[in-house]
Amino acid sequence: MNKADNSVPDHATAAEKFLQDEERVNWHDKALWFNRQKRDISANQIPDWELLRDTASQIKDNVLANLDDYLVQFEQNALQNGIHVHWATDAAEHNQIVLRIVQEHGIGKLVKSKSMLTEECHLNEFLTTHGIDVIDTDLGERIVQLAEEPPSHIVLPSIHKRKEEVGELFHQHLGTEKGASDPAYLTEAARQHLREKFLTADIAITGVNFAIAETGGFVVCTNEGNADMGVHLAKVHIACMGIEKIIPKAEHLGVFLRLLARSATGQPITTYSSHFHRPKTGQEMHLVLVDNGRSAHLGRKDFYNSLKCIRCGACINTCPVYRRSGGHSYHYAISGPIGAILAPNQDMRQYADLPFASTLCGSCSNVCPVKIDIHNQLYQWRQVLTAEGYVPKAKQQGIQVMAKVLSSPTLYRVAGKSGRLMMRLLPGLANNKTLNPWAKQREMPQPPKESFRDWYKKNRHKDE
Amino acid sequence: MKVGLFIPCYIDQFYPQVAVATLQLLEKLGLEVDYPLQQTCCGQPMANSGFEAASAGCDALFVQNFAAYDYIVAPSGSCVLHIKEHLHDAKNPEATSHIRNRIYELCEFLTDVVQVKELGVSFPHKVGFHIGCHGQRGLHLAQMSELVAADFSKPGYLLSLVQNIQLIELSRKDECCGFGGTFCVSEAAVSAKMGKDRVQDHVEHGAEYITGTDTSCLMHLEGILRRQKSPVKVVHIAEILNGQYE
Repeated sequence: MNKADNSVPDHATAAEKFLQDEERVNWHDKALWFNRQKRDISANQIPDWELLRDTASQIKDNVLANLDDYLVQFEQNALQNGIHVHWATDAAEHNQIVLRIVQEHGIGKLVKSKSMLTEECHLNEFLTTHGIDVIDTDLGERIVQLAEEPPSHIVLPSIHKRKEEVGELFHQHLGTEKGASDPAYLTEAARQHLREKFLTADIAITGVNFAIAETGGFVVCTNEGNADMGVHLAKVHIACMGIEKIIPKAEHLGVFLRLLARSATGQPITTYSSHFHRPKTGQEMHLVLVDNGRSAHLGRKDFYNSLKCIRCGACINTCPVYRRSGGHSYHYAISGPIGAILAPNQDMRQYADLPFASTLCGSCSNVCPVKIDIHNQLYQWRQVLTAEGYVPKAKQQGIQVMAKVLSSPTLYRVAGKSGRLMMRLLPGLANNKTLNPWAKQREMPQPPKESFRDWYKKNRHKDE
Repeated sequence: MKVGLFIPCYIDQFYPQVAVATLQLLEKLGLEVDYPLQQTCCGQPMANSGFEAASAGCDALFVQNFAAYDYIVAPSGSCVLHIKEHLHDAKNPEATSHIRNRIYELCEFLTDVVQVKELGVSFPHKVGFHIGCHGQRGLHLAQMSELVAADFSKPGYLLSLVQNIQLIELSRKDECCGFGGTFCVSEAAVSAKMGKDRVQDHVEHGAEYITGTDTSCLMHLEGILRRQKSPVKVVHIAEILNGQYE
């Protein structure tokens, strides 16, 4: 999966396609902006919101600076609690570990609550090719699973789907009435459908939001209670986590749980914050700790702090580019600004376009509950990707010419004059709708007769 | 106090009236202002495209042109932020750091250094204010809607000194317009849609003019307004504050 794949359109191309249905884009933009507004209202109810962000950021600084120690401490405590702990270097090893556990129990079907890590590792596809039936139990995840699509948002996986489309999908797969699109009706249908899956699944996979070093326990946050439903009814619980999910102490949960749901959806807290410490009698509990590039990422001084991310999705909701390009245009498991700075850590070539899918407006960094400097990292990734040669030759040459002109006052004047002259004389050419991407939907600026410099020389009598 | 006037390249070439307004405004306030004739660009177009190294020539030229001034002032939040954050000249570290500390966007220069209390100008129109993201979130010209913090706006204060101006409220007060430098062509579809939405917010609230701190944003919004054959016009805040807008 980590090889450059030319069949995947880059962000700009995919975004242009998404934008062909403007009415849908307007709806998508508003749905996400609504979430941003709910987040604002909720944050403003906490006078110390900015202090809370600072605190969370500092706890995560400490975690990343001492990750090795915390991981060892966490493992020891988890083992003492009776949890089976596994370590996976990469996605392939993670998938093998999960498959082995499933096969050892001779089980062909499992339920899974939301886990971006398993999306990153493409666990579903892997298990499916080995004959395992994987049922995503988060409603949004189930919708995209039935549609055979990846999630388009880390918190709202099917935010790109309208209720009519969900109705059609459920009609095909769950036998709901043709044309029905009432959310309550569709949700009830999904609930009944999933209930049967919960009752008959012997393995439940969950993600991990926070793993606590001092206790060896972990917390899973959901709004639907689907992680709990799965785990309580299954013989085996497999929890999968990236190694950066550690927090030092249980008392730190108070900081992160207050921030997570408020940042994500404006809720004070997720409906369920489930604490798992040890398997219940007769149950097996496995925990898979996955590196998959995180150690290398931790070593990149300009980028390591994106490992602080708690996957709230606030940066995605606020991103004006995301809202108008859709999650799939990022062609990575995690979309939006945070995906654009995480993805190049996995594969620079394949994701070289993503750090450029931003205006660097900085709204993402301002909403981030752990204060990742997202827009600065986008800028910094551009420098790295360019230096590493992952930017098209034509662009490189264009920039070199631009740099030459702009660093020479003489060339600049000549180019400026001819540019203005050309725009004045040849509006047809400058406005050619296929050659000039600016002019496709915008008029070119109307060229003035003289530059400011010329005006200044005339009006302020200044000699060179 | 010697002020070096920095006029970004696209203003020099396409919007000289913004530069003229800036110069006249500063002169009216009694400042000694000089425009170094050999200036070109801040280097941001290269750097934001990932070619920071290619902007070395621009940086050196910028240092040459502006090292001698007490203050450097420009009618652009974006270019000023770029100089503040990214100006490098290994041969002239002192001059570089002097410039980085002494460069100001026009509005913050007027409120923080000159401490303007009155302007004596009028602009009898309904005006929407679009703040450029780099000026706002980078230079902190105004409070950001994402933060839980006290509200303020330096350009807003200056506009409040203008007589007869009717400032409209926007639904999204600090949404990006989508210009984004080379983003406006490399992601042309998203850029244009963002611009259309930004324009729509102003139009829906009855704006006759859209003003702002950055001509780059305004150039983009103007391109959309003119394509839509809208009667709404763009005007840089310097033109309003200078009171000579025709």
